[in-house]
Amino acid sequence: MIPELGHYALVLALALGIVQALVPLVGSLRGDAALMRLAGSTALMQFVFVALSFVALTACYVTSDFSVANVFENSHSMMPLIYKFTSVWGNHEGSMLLWVLILAAFGAAVAAFGGNLPATLKANVLAVQSWIACSFYLFILLTSNPFLRLAPAPFEGKDLNPILQDIGLAVHPPLLYLGYVGFSISFSFAIAALIEGRIDAAWARWVRPWTLAAWMFLTVGIAMGSYWAYYELGWGGYWFWDPVENASLMPWIAGTALLHSAVVMEKRNALKIWTVLLAILAFSLSLIGTFLVRSGVLTSVHTFASDPSRGVFILMILIFFIGGGLALFAWRAPMLKQGGLFAPVSREGALVFNNLFLTTACLTVFVGTLYPLALEAITGEKISVGAPFFNLTFGPLFIPLLFAMPFGPLLAWKRGDVLGVAQRLMAAFAIGLVAIAVTFVAMGVTSVLAPFGIGLAFYVMAGSLVDLVEHTGVFRLPLATVRARTFGLPRSVWGTALAHFGMAVTLLGIVTASTWGEERIVALKQGQSTSLSGYDMSFDGMTQRAGPNFRETVAKFTARSGGVAVGLMEPSKRSFGARQSTTSEAALLTRGFSQLYMSLGDVNEDGSVAVRLYFKPLVLLIWLGSLVMALGGLLSLSDRRLRVGAPKPAKKASKPSSTLQPAE
Amino acid sequence: MTLWLAFALMTAAAIFAVLWPLGRRTANAGGSDIAVYRDQLDEIARDRATGLIGEAEAEAAKVEVSRRLIAAADVAEADKTVAGASPLWRRRATALAGLVLLPIGATAIYLTLGSPQLPGQPLAERRAAAVQPQDRSIQELIGRVEAHLEQNPNDARGYEVIAPVYLRLGRFDDAVNARRKLLALSGETASRQADLGEALSAASNGVITVEAKTAFERALVLDANDLKAKFFVGVAAEQDGDKPKAAAIWTGMLKDAPADAPWAPMVRESLARLGVVSTPPIAGTAGPSAADVAAANTMSEQDRADMIRGMVARLADKLKEDGSDLEGWQRLLRAYMVMGDRDKATAAAGDARKALASDPEKLRQIGELIKSMGLEG
Repeated sequence: MIPELGHYALVLALALGIVQALVPLVGSLRGDAALMRLAGSTALMQFVFVALSFVALTACYVTSDFSVANVFENSHSMMPLIYKFTSVWGNHEGSMLLWVLILAAFGAAVAAFGGNLPATLKANVLAVQSWIACSFYLFILLTSNPFLRLAPAPFEGKDLNPILQDIGLAVHPPLLYLGYVGFSISFSFAIAALIEGRIDAAWARWVRPWTLAAWMFLTVGIAMGSYWAYYELGWGGYWFWDPVENASLMPWIAGTALLHSAVVMEKRNALKIWTVLLAILAFSLSLIGTFLVRSGVLTSVHTFASDPSRGVFILMILIFFIGGGLALFAWRAPMLKQGGLFAPVSREGALVFNNLFLTTACLTVFVGTLYPLALEAITGEKISVGAPFFNLTFGPLFIPLLFAMPFGPLLAWKRGDVLGVAQRLMAAFAIGLVAIAVTFVAMGVTSVLAPFGIGLAFYVMAGSLVDLVEHTGVFRLPLATVRARTFGLPRSVWGTALAHFGMAVTLLGIVTASTWGEERIVALKQGQSTSLSGYDMSFDGMTQRAGPNFRETVAKFTARSGGVAVGLMEPSKRSFGARQSTTSEAALLTRGFSQLYMSLGDVNEDGSVAVRLYFKPLVLLIWLGSLVMALGGLLSLSDRRLRVGAPKPAKKASKPSSTLQPAE
Repeated sequence: MTLWLAFALMTAAAIFAVLWPLGRRTANAGGSDIAVYRDQLDEIARDRATGLIGEAEAEAAKVEVSRRLIAAADVAEADKTVAGASPLWRRRATALAGLVLLPIGATAIYLTLGSPQLPGQPLAERRAAAVQPQDRSIQELIGRVEAHLEQNPNDARGYEVIAPVYLRLGRFDDAVNARRKLLALSGETASRQADLGEALSAASNGVITVEAKTAFERALVLDANDLKAKFFVGVAAEQDGDKPKAAAIWTGMLKDAPADAPWAPMVRESLARLGVVSTPPIAGTAGPSAADVAAANTMSEQDRADMIRGMVARLADKLKEDGSDLEGWQRLLRAYMVMGDRDKATAAAGDARKALASDPEKLRQIGELIKSMGLEG
């Protein structure tokens, strides 16, 4: 009964979704308050039904109801309980259900907490949101239905893919989806604004929290995914420029630009067209990410062509929303009223610079990800675009961006003074230069570029602190004033500084781990040892262990630094009976922010074991930096104050109006 | 019945969500941008008071926000004259659509996709239900023996009693453990080794693993005439693809056997399977091992159907990975036809054609079979 209840709940959600997609739209066109009000109640009820459906599927997994085909394909009665939960979204059908659950949750949240929205805007936003929801309900019901049944029911399932039997799966996809789907709200707001033909600072104020929340989740989601790949795949890498990863990076970049652009719009009523375009792009890229991962087009263009029902369906969704969104944008955007004016050198100008570089960087990732697919589809030739391409395109775009990062928050609104800001950043420049010099002295001239990367990271960190110093007046104002200013400082200012600081921390981790990391592959017999980066690893022997649904071969190592034992490392290989497959579990030993990484290779006939050893200096900073970034977002999100950008008044003597430009 | 009642309640809730806002008279106005700008003005005053912005900046910001406020107020004034009330007919039409189309649409979609006739089958419940009255005493017995073994972990007799029961109930890993214990406790004999091998192969879905094979070979060293070990060594040879060897072992067994030996039919069946010429019986469609067939004999009708389905699914998976196996495709098609699953057979016929497209001879053969089954078009 439970699986059928879930199935019917999903169908009802679709039915309600169709009502919600049409009626409020008519209401807003005709100014009919009752029809517009309908959007709220249907959005809430839609969420109730999708949640019911998700709970039903979860119940099927937890109770190992193998009469549900999806459970049979992806579960096993012997799996630990936590993986019975996570395998709900560890497969295509279930993950799409999670996708719509989050979509419906965001819709319901707008309905519940959007009391301060004008009625027409709320109705239109929820209607657009429901268009998206309906297309995905249909996609699930028609091509990826998790509630299809098996009769007679098998007695045992096929088990979850062992690589996915990890705590990482419990965290990574829901966070990523919260991010992806969160941008749907920004998209709906943008489309609603285009339909109404009106967009202003108030609009940006309403969109801000949603965008910020989505961005935060996506940041943490990508970081977790990267860490998961790092310790589970056993290659010691944290980012592979793999299409699946790029698919999540692109919405993040667009979302970051959107975030900054929306701030300008809320505070200064400028950059309207940028904001609307970025809102459309961020969600479009989320959809493309979903398409790339879900349609099978990545495994091979040919598998996609041989079973196209899913892929073609998602492709149609893509064309409808991206094409429709952009077409509406092209048609309506020119009618939007011009916003505030500003000089090229100003906070607004800096954010336009930021938008330009971010969108260009996003474009390079887009090209690098999709070009090989297009080429394979057209000529059949298979090429892979990897790190070298992205290092040469994406890297150089980010360097000026990072360099300009501390300038932005210090520039005044409307008209700024670069020299003045540069003066205030002197301390940051100095810290950066010292960092470069120290690195050269300590590490030698092994890598010419890396010390500059370190210098850049320290400069950005110092720069974000300078911003705080300027705001609080430390070092130049009396203590009492400083204290008052520190406590009176909006949390959004702290948020900005923290997020920028986190970006620099991540950069520091990337530069050190990729430049000074060491790697060694050796075959060791019991009792032998090897050394890497000042650590000695001695091989103490192999043991067998049994897990709940796997057996593992564990190699035991003792790591010593300067003769003192600092830890045990136990890399292992697990073999899963039900799927007849093995996974390799890496062993990690954390030393400060650095890590020793060990993964097990084959066991040779003479009893020796092949091991891969890595030393990754400061590698943890990569993910800590992302967490700091997200924390910055959280601080800013928690700041319920309104944002007003006070413009710097023109000096009476000069003729500023001649240098001011329209926002778009 | 409960299911339909639940469906009805859910549908009622959905309809309620549509009707409720239509029925309410009071219109809640919702927020407006005017409120936002008012709040912004307050914010500027506060920022000025705490000294976050200077006097001149505050003035400039106030001017800007006030301009926006005036513009927004103008628009709101214009909207007020346009915004009409909600005419009754429009609300009635919406209500009617919600009341009629929503349940009809939802039911129509659900009936095409759903399977309301199938009950949910949580594993725990099924296991409990599978225990027949006489089996319940078996469960009790197992519980008692297990408790006994927990107290006296070195009692060989306990393991001897419980091992075959485990095997029969499909608790293969427990069976393997019991057999191992028994070997360790009461020493090695041919039949104990052979039993261990049997449990091991049952635990890996009937595949004679290296471990299992070692056990059988050890049994034959101890007693060259151990029937079970002999038979399974034959199965191992068959699984290795060495059909002549398997045939030789089994024929040898039959030659030495009394005509009414209880195991003879099984060996003959295995031999027939090697012969390939005759159309294989249903259970043979996916090439089950003898252990599977043996297990099938002791199963209920329901479980047997499950097992066959499982084997067919395995075969289909294998063909998905390596589609060049003509015989495999033939077996799969026949199996689907026997199971009465025409749709799957048609789909598989298409897949087979695609997979074998590179080999004209194989393509011809599979084409003939498809034609003979009437799966064309």
